[in-house]
Amino acid sequence: MRFLVHVGKYGLLLKKIFSKPEKVKIYYKLVLQEIELLGLNSIGLVIIVSLFSGAVITLQLAYNMDNPFLPDYLVGLGNRDTMLLEFSSTIMALILTGKIGSHISSEIGSMKVTEQIDSLEMMGINSAGYLILPKIIAVMLILPLLTIMSAFLGILGGLIAGPLAGAVTVSDYLDGITYVFNPYYVTFSIIKAFFYAFLISSVPSYFGYHVEGGALEVGKSSTQAVVTTSILILVFDLLLTQILLQ
Amino acid sequence: MIEIQNISKSFGEKKVLDDISTVFQKGQTNLIIGQSGSGKTVLLKSIVGLHEADEGNILYDGRDLLGMNLRDQKTLRREIGMVFQGGALFDSLTVEQNVRFPLDMFTDQTEAEKQDRVDFCLERVNIVDAHHKFPSEISGGMQKRVAIARAIALNPRYLFCDEPNSGLDPLTAIVIDNLINEITKEFDITTIINTHDMNSVMEIGEKILFIHKGKKEWEGSKEDILRTENKPLNEFIFSTKLTQQLKK
Repeated sequence: MRFLVHVGKYGLLLKKIFSKPEKVKIYYKLVLQEIELLGLNSIGLVIIVSLFSGAVITLQLAYNMDNPFLPDYLVGLGNRDTMLLEFSSTIMALILTGKIGSHISSEIGSMKVTEQIDSLEMMGINSAGYLILPKIIAVMLILPLLTIMSAFLGILGGLIAGPLAGAVTVSDYLDGITYVFNPYYVTFSIIKAFFYAFLISSVPSYFGYHVEGGALEVGKSSTQAVVTTSILILVFDLLLTQILLQ
Repeated sequence: MIEIQNISKSFGEKKVLDDISTVFQKGQTNLIIGQSGSGKTVLLKSIVGLHEADEGNILYDGRDLLGMNLRDQKTLRREIGMVFQGGALFDSLTVEQNVRFPLDMFTDQTEAEKQDRVDFCLERVNIVDAHHKFPSEISGGMQKRVAIARAIALNPRYLFCDEPNSGLDPLTAIVIDNLINEITKEFDITTIINTHDMNSVMEIGEKILFIHKGKKEWEGSKEDILRTENKPLNEFIFSTKLTQQLKK
């Protein structure tokens, strides 16, 4: 029952978010600010996580495929497909939920409990549209780019770590990452990123927007937002994989 | 002028406002007073439309807020300035940007015109050297003054203040009271202040509405309040030895 109440309130919030903006020029500026705040400030995290994960996946694949019947180029191929199909979209989205999602939820929640949202409403401004729409647009623009970057860096991480550790040669690894390459995997990854971007920006906004109380409740809603968004990402991962990879 | 007629509001089973009617005149400082939990904040928020009243009418110079569609309500809200209890300044904007915000959103003024208006509003509330500071870098009293400057930026016809003195020292509180009172007269607007500060009542209360347990218990002026026999009001106003001596 409570779940249905949340779904209903989330739907109503989306309706409010996507109603006509007061002044498009102001929203354009806000989107640029959010791209910097939510997207560009996440690049460092994406670089570190992707490089190291790509390196570790490569070493683990090499360790597990230490068999004369398995060609060495499979290490590169395995890392490439793992990065494109799952890591760069889903795992990166889960990691970014912790950063972006908690930021969005606590920012909007703090504004709610300090009456800043009431203040916007009193001025005749659609507070949901003003605060949330630029975040949704910004994250939907930046997350697919971060996803592609993450895949590239993960593959690069494997290329650095594999030969350095003596697990695979550079030529075998390069053979692997170019072997039977299916460009649709990139499209698949980008489509998933769009869905995840919407979840990462809208679900934490919902939790922040409906906070009642004080600082403690803001913290609780931030945690709830991250947990709920992570679960939804996993559910959507399953659905999208089933639908798009048939 | 704002007229409220038979306003009632419940949260679940609990009736918070019960059949309240009164008139708040233009150019006058109107106060809503009452104990914590008496319903005065709910009344104020109902009058401005942040809570929807269950019954009654709220007339802004004859225009019924509750009968309006969303678009008309938004238009009306641009005629309203509101000062929230904590100031409710936007944390991410500087003092100047906070005051400029409604101008950016709702006017087509040039940058120079906006800057003139911002300077005028900040000067009017005696803020001269904090234009580029963030709300977290200024005192509580200054935050309230900036909130007043933001509230008057669009030349409102109605000004609402929710406990503008809470958390301030008595001297700063009087400064804020007098500022609101002066602005009310200067711009000839309808001002409603929600307060439980007795200094405010005695200083600027031209029309006072006393709410007790969600009902209108008494209304009158600051002169009337000294002569009233109303028991709950006397208990509320003259609760300290100092105020009891004042009455004697």
